[in-house]
Amino acid sequence: MSIVSSCQFLFFNLDFFVQYALLAMNMDRKNQILNSENDKNIALSDEQQTIQNITNQDYKYGFVTDIEMEEFPLGLNENIVRMISAKKNEPEFMTEWRLKAYRHWLKMKEPKWPKLHYPEVNFDDLYYYAAPKNENAPKSLDEVDPELIRTFDKLGVPLEERELLAGVAVDAIIDSVSVATTFKNKLNELGIIFCPMSEAIQDHPDLIKKYLGTVVPYTDNFYATLNSAVFSDGSFVYIPPGIRCPMELSSYFRINAAKTGQFERTLIIADKGSYVSYLEGCTAPMRDENQLHAAIVELIAMEDAEIKYSTVQNWYAGNKEGVGGIYNFVTKRGLCAGNHSKISWTQVETGSAVTWKYPSCILKGDYSVGEFYSVALTNNFQQADTGTKMIHQGRNTRSLIISKGISAGKSNNAYRGLVKVSSKAENARNYSQCDSLLIGDQCGAHTYPYMEIENPSAQVEHEATTSKVSEDQIFYLNQRGISTEDAVGMIVSGYAREVFQQLPMEFAVEAQALMSLSLEGSVG
Amino acid sequence: MLSIKNLHVSIEGKPILRGLNLEVKPGEIHAIMGPNGSGKSTLAHVLSGREGYQIDSGSAIYKNLNLLEMAPEIRAREGIFLAFQYPIEIPGVNNTSFLKKALNEIRKHRGEEELDAIDFLSLIKKQMKLVEMNEDLLRRPVNQGFSGGEKKRNEILQMAVLNPELAILDETDSGLDIDALRIVASGVNKLRTESNAYVVITHYQRLLDHIIPDFVHVLSKGQIIKSGTKELALELEERGYDWLLEKSESPS
Repeated sequence: MSIVSSCQFLFFNLDFFVQYALLAMNMDRKNQILNSENDKNIALSDEQQTIQNITNQDYKYGFVTDIEMEEFPLGLNENIVRMISAKKNEPEFMTEWRLKAYRHWLKMKEPKWPKLHYPEVNFDDLYYYAAPKNENAPKSLDEVDPELIRTFDKLGVPLEERELLAGVAVDAIIDSVSVATTFKNKLNELGIIFCPMSEAIQDHPDLIKKYLGTVVPYTDNFYATLNSAVFSDGSFVYIPPGIRCPMELSSYFRINAAKTGQFERTLIIADKGSYVSYLEGCTAPMRDENQLHAAIVELIAMEDAEIKYSTVQNWYAGNKEGVGGIYNFVTKRGLCAGNHSKISWTQVETGSAVTWKYPSCILKGDYSVGEFYSVALTNNFQQADTGTKMIHQGRNTRSLIISKGISAGKSNNAYRGLVKVSSKAENARNYSQCDSLLIGDQCGAHTYPYMEIENPSAQVEHEATTSKVSEDQIFYLNQRGISTEDAVGMIVSGYAREVFQQLPMEFAVEAQALMSLSLEGSVG
Repeated sequence: MLSIKNLHVSIEGKPILRGLNLEVKPGEIHAIMGPNGSGKSTLAHVLSGREGYQIDSGSAIYKNLNLLEMAPEIRAREGIFLAFQYPIEIPGVNNTSFLKKALNEIRKHRGEEELDAIDFLSLIKKQMKLVEMNEDLLRRPVNQGFSGGEKKRNEILQMAVLNPELAILDETDSGLDIDALRIVASGVNKLRTESNAYVVITHYQRLLDHIIPDFVHVLSKGQIIKSGTKELALELEERGYDWLLEKSESPS
């Protein structure tokens, strides 16, 4: 689906529309904003419709690119860890760090507390490194394997179009090695570093030494520790003091080799008074085997800095009978290190057979703010156990949690969240809203809100609702000429609107399209 | 346009419509009146394709189509519009995008080109004047937080935009104050043409002061027991339904 190119068209359309609207109507500023908002919605539903027209119910990105892969032997041991590190020409400190993580991992057990059921993962039966074979990093698009370009074409992110896509710099990752980085020069001028993690380890060892593993230590949890030992690649971002990153930074992750666990690692540092918005989107090819995915994202926001991190996750969810699909165990955590810093997570989770993910904020700086906006949609036999942790440590810290779970088919969807106010966090405030929407009568929605409040000045609010898509609503839309499938898509999108509004335009469009795709066949 | 013959409909085995006959031609306004529980709303729902009703016998032919076999969205695209007695709230779904989607579904069905945002916006702005609706309501989610009167006006706005051939107004006057009633009725009157028809379901004569019907039918126990012109409505207003009901029951 050429989401990217149609986005451009939409932008054009939108701009034109907004101008028209401004000319045609003499409205106050608030109205102007509302109105473009309005058109955004119109545009969204249009896009959704187009996408529905051109797709069918099967997982659209189900294909395997025929690129020669280079693989290490099956299984994991110290040797493999060393090989990974050597393959990437890593400095000694990095190899040692990986080994420390590996040794620690050997002592750990897979957590059993989530509300997830899946066959035991045999960690000895996985490949821990895979990279396209001609791995002399290409300097330009001409050097990129044509087969790879075709993969991006199928994904709707044609490389040759990216430079045209003003506003989005793409650090594209297929499997483990980053093969293309664009807009680098533009960013360089501002002193912004946006590069593959493997490159950052080579070129910016000081920053890596200083920050890697400071938010998610290598001892953190089973999957994070595994990732620390074997992480393949990921993105590294550094925004210097006072710089507002002029474009959305974007990265497309992709699993593309059978039995290859993918272990991305992303680190974003926003120095004093800077701002960055980062987009992460993923699709994966169809596989009959379960694939393990254990990523880490670490965010660090210094004084007065703001990081906005948005994800649209659409890993292969397994077929309608629950066979196959990605196991997605992700550790995402942000540290609001400085006063008045802010970290905002937005996630739209529609894929994966199993999702285990709790993007969190440690609110260390005084007056720091943490936000979590989430839509998690499960259908068929998907299972999601997702939520957030807001750890209030500084004074006058605030956090907001908006979670929208949508369950259809025979799926299970759990929100698990922790709001912790430590004893020194005077005047901490939290508001949580956890809504569940059920489609059909064979799915489950569960909410596990945990609160640990150690300071009496804290104000913590939690609201939760559970609702069903009502027949009245569907009939009302039917009676206006809208099919049941579209009606459910609209109702669900409306329900999740608060979260979609947080997404940048092109992501919002993609997210709504994915929602509708994911819900196809769930009604009627 | 619409020909209903000997229609029998039940809900969970309980008969609601018992041999209803009705002929509607283009350009006509038919008022359906009758006491509570006589089957007025059932008629509206059955014509628009709501689930949960058992068609026991009889037929409803609309523009040579077997209406009762069509999915509700197809009926809508073929030009049937139901103004709901209780319009449904759809949280988070923008009123304008909803209506644009609806119109474009109908246009696609007719083989017409879909309207883009700009053309649609000019259309909706024009039609809003008919119902004297505040623009603010376009930006809000469908019916959410609307007052009773705003919801009804929103129904008429939708009707004005979708431009149906057969509009069924299910107690659109209920819950409206006099001003809102006048606005709704004048909207309907302005939309009236030679080629479209209205079935106006109401309890009260007062709506019919504003929307002048060509025919008035009295529905009782699932049958039309008396048909007449607008004078019948006035008579009902004066005398109530009892005299008719007694009369209709006496032969049996």
